[in-house]
Amino acid sequence: MAERRLDGAQGGGGAGFAGAGANNTEPRISGTSVPRLDGVAKVTGRAKYAVDLDVPNVAHGVAVRADRAHARILGIDAAESEAVPGVLAVVTAKTVAPIDVRFGHISRDHPALAVDKVLYAGEPVALVVAETRRAAEAAARLVRVAYEDLPAVIDADEALGEGAPLLHETHPGRTGDEGFHNTGGGGLAGNLCAENTLGWGDVDAAFEAADLVVEGEYRYPMLYGYAMEPYNATALFEEGSLLVYTTAQHPYMVRDDLARMFELPLARVRVVVPYVGGGYGTKSYTKVEPLAALGAHVTGRPVRVALSVEEAIYTTRSDGARIRARSAFRSDGTLLARDFDVVMNSGAYSDNSPLVCAKLANRCFGPYRLEALRVRCRSVFTNTTPASSLRGFGAPQGNLAGELQMDEAADRLGIDARDLRLQNVVAPGEEILPGKRGIDADLGADLELATESLGWGERPGVGFGISASDAGAHPTSVTMVRLHSDGSASCAVGATELGQGSRTVLSQILADGLGLPFERVAIVQSDTGVTTYERTTGASRTTTLVGRALLLACDDARRKIRELAAELVQGEIEDVDGGVRAGGEELSYGDVIRRWFGSGGEVVGIGAIRKAGEFDKLPPFWEIGASGVVASVDEETGRVTIEQLTTVGDVGFAVNPALLHGQDLGAATMCLGAALSEELVYDGTTLSNPNVVEYRVPRVSDLPKKIDQILAERRDGIGPFGAKGGGEGSGNTIGGAVAAAVGRLLGRYPKELPLTPERVWRLAQESREREQEAVHG
Amino acid sequence: MRVDGRINGREHVLDVAPSTLLLDLLRDLGLTGAKPSCELEVCGACTVQLDGLPVSACTTLAIELDGRSVETVEGLAPSDDRLHPVQQAFLKHSALQCGFCTPGMVMSAKALLETNPAPSRDDVVHWLEGSICRCTGYEPIVDAVLEAAGAMAHG
Repeated sequence: MAERRLDGAQGGGGAGFAGAGANNTEPRISGTSVPRLDGVAKVTGRAKYAVDLDVPNVAHGVAVRADRAHARILGIDAAESEAVPGVLAVVTAKTVAPIDVRFGHISRDHPALAVDKVLYAGEPVALVVAETRRAAEAAARLVRVAYEDLPAVIDADEALGEGAPLLHETHPGRTGDEGFHNTGGGGLAGNLCAENTLGWGDVDAAFEAADLVVEGEYRYPMLYGYAMEPYNATALFEEGSLLVYTTAQHPYMVRDDLARMFELPLARVRVVVPYVGGGYGTKSYTKVEPLAALGAHVTGRPVRVALSVEEAIYTTRSDGARIRARSAFRSDGTLLARDFDVVMNSGAYSDNSPLVCAKLANRCFGPYRLEALRVRCRSVFTNTTPASSLRGFGAPQGNLAGELQMDEAADRLGIDARDLRLQNVVAPGEEILPGKRGIDADLGADLELATESLGWGERPGVGFGISASDAGAHPTSVTMVRLHSDGSASCAVGATELGQGSRTVLSQILADGLGLPFERVAIVQSDTGVTTYERTTGASRTTTLVGRALLLACDDARRKIRELAAELVQGEIEDVDGGVRAGGEELSYGDVIRRWFGSGGEVVGIGAIRKAGEFDKLPPFWEIGASGVVASVDEETGRVTIEQLTTVGDVGFAVNPALLHGQDLGAATMCLGAALSEELVYDGTTLSNPNVVEYRVPRVSDLPKKIDQILAERRDGIGPFGAKGGGEGSGNTIGGAVAAAVGRLLGRYPKELPLTPERVWRLAQESREREQEAVHG
Repeated sequence: MRVDGRINGREHVLDVAPSTLLLDLLRDLGLTGAKPSCELEVCGACTVQLDGLPVSACTTLAIELDGRSVETVEGLAPSDDRLHPVQQAFLKHSALQCGFCTPGMVMSAKALLETNPAPSRDDVVHWLEGSICRCTGYEPIVDAVLEAAGAMAHG
């Protein structure tokens, strides 16, 4: 693998250092690939994941799941199940009344256990709690549910049609959370889960005046993220508080849902997240925690609910999308206007689909200068597994359509596909959404890095694209730094270590913020009873936002040390690494603390970030995508081989380059799966491939033959030392890039992913037929 | 049923139900390095070595341990500063992120190197086809296994 780091001088100039805030720290440990802190625990198998925790006296909950897609529940007979030895309880929505079992951070419409109706095959209807998982599984098969079948709808466009079966008879409305105010919740009716529109200018006039209009309908598949540790949670009530160990990415969001459900103060819900076996957005928001908590509530025992992969697939998937797009160009290549109509298949409940919908609307038309734009994006309820977040959500779906139209237009205008993008792409600082933060990146330079690496213009089968995602989510972050009496420091942060390496990266930033060696700092994460508030771990926000909050907390702690030192020593006081110089004397943090307290003691610094000041303009940063591929096609079998993958991580500043390379390659690989093999398929009203045999994720033999990973560091982000987020961007353009590469080889751009051998073989056949017609006609 | 088997070099006499899976037996003994994931013998997260051969503990019955020897990831390193060359190479090459597949990957790689001490890159790819990783994109894992092969040949 080739790995390169390019600083601002090579990358085409940047917006300059923007990141350290009040803390004038220069990076020393940040910027180096220190080994990840959790490495040894993970290679030795000692790392304990939620599913590994040994909780004394734990009982096991197994869900009884609906065997049909849409039906009214007439009755649940649990007698036979309850008679199985070891069974403690059969829990249903009725038996736990008056607890309202519905949860949801945007719309509280998702019952942990079906209330009157089931809305998709695989939905939990009851929870059997038993002494062992095997007993619970056996007893779950004996629960008899009487149903009255209702007509079901699986396709999103059909669900929007007149007379379609209605999933939700009443819309529960939005929760009112400020962070989700823009999620298309107004005037919803029928099966519409959310609708986002945006645009400006006279779109129709622009299309009228255009020299070229490119039109098409594109399809992006429903995906299963397959985090290898399936969702699991263990819940118990203790001293009037609810304690939950879980696989959640966003423990504070889960806490909020559980507090509402059990009418507990936030202070009495403690959500703890140990090592997590993969997230990628799939573990965002509440999943199985309410099931475990309901089981614990009913039985008075700690209850673990650990799903199988099949059950995980019935819990969350990503939104599939049908995208109708039109792009208008002048003959000189100027992109005049775009018009997108997107319908997302969002499954049975809202979950995070309204936010995916809003993001898809923002991310589909590309980082281009546009006189006129019209986007309508609808999220639609269907009788399928609920859809929610997955890496890059919204971006890969929309980018496929937007970027393929750039490629098609380039061919038809006789302009180079890279040059056409360079001609229309926004410059650093320019807005792509009115009123939003201007682009904090040099996309043109990134594109040139990618195309040069890929050998564009010199070899066949090259595909690439660019994207800009409004990332970082709502910028609320609170951190707490503790300076100890030996001069070492620890910090509690609510951001979750999912494998991306946040504990290591934040430790690097903490060490630099305090001028301490890396070995003298430690970070504790994701325990809502101990750590400070973090809104989410998603949207690539941790390095940028938690990093900045951490530097503020370091400033606060150092200010307090100076104040204490002033009480102890006469004379001028100034910061030095790991302490202060006071009256000519160098004192470590520990010296100051011990002297001031007389014995022991500690100093606490707090840092907080909110949507104000520097962070008032959203998004906090733009996440850039500029990855591409070189592909080859075996026309006999339809198999696509990735000859080369190039990732360009435009991260502002790489706090830990090795970890960033891992994020970029991981994101690109996941999206190669979506491009080539991954797709959840409904056969009638049930999923035909709810397992990882028939749902094929990338394997080691799918590895691109050559990989070139470039980091572009122009210090143009809002994070520490000019950093900004990575981890999604490198995947966002991959679907479109693979389709473009295959299209260039076969003479026609495919409009639907994944490009399975069968689809590619058909494209190749069509291409041959066209050639023969051309010869004979 | 009575099972006499060795686990990480120590003799065990166990009473197990005939339907108990090796994975559950190991995890109930506190050896949680082998992970449950696909439960279909396709992801490799539960890989352990049974008499030296890599097997999926999720689809192996515990009674198959009778008269045999199983090695799990916990048996590899006597201490943190005496890691197995495969473990060291995984750290050096950043061949892990979430780490859930790592114990299975490490055991599978170790079994390969015991069978074929000088594998080619293609050999490694072929051998690891039965192990899924969703985080890394595999390349650092392949690099790590080749590095470990080199280290073991010279060490």
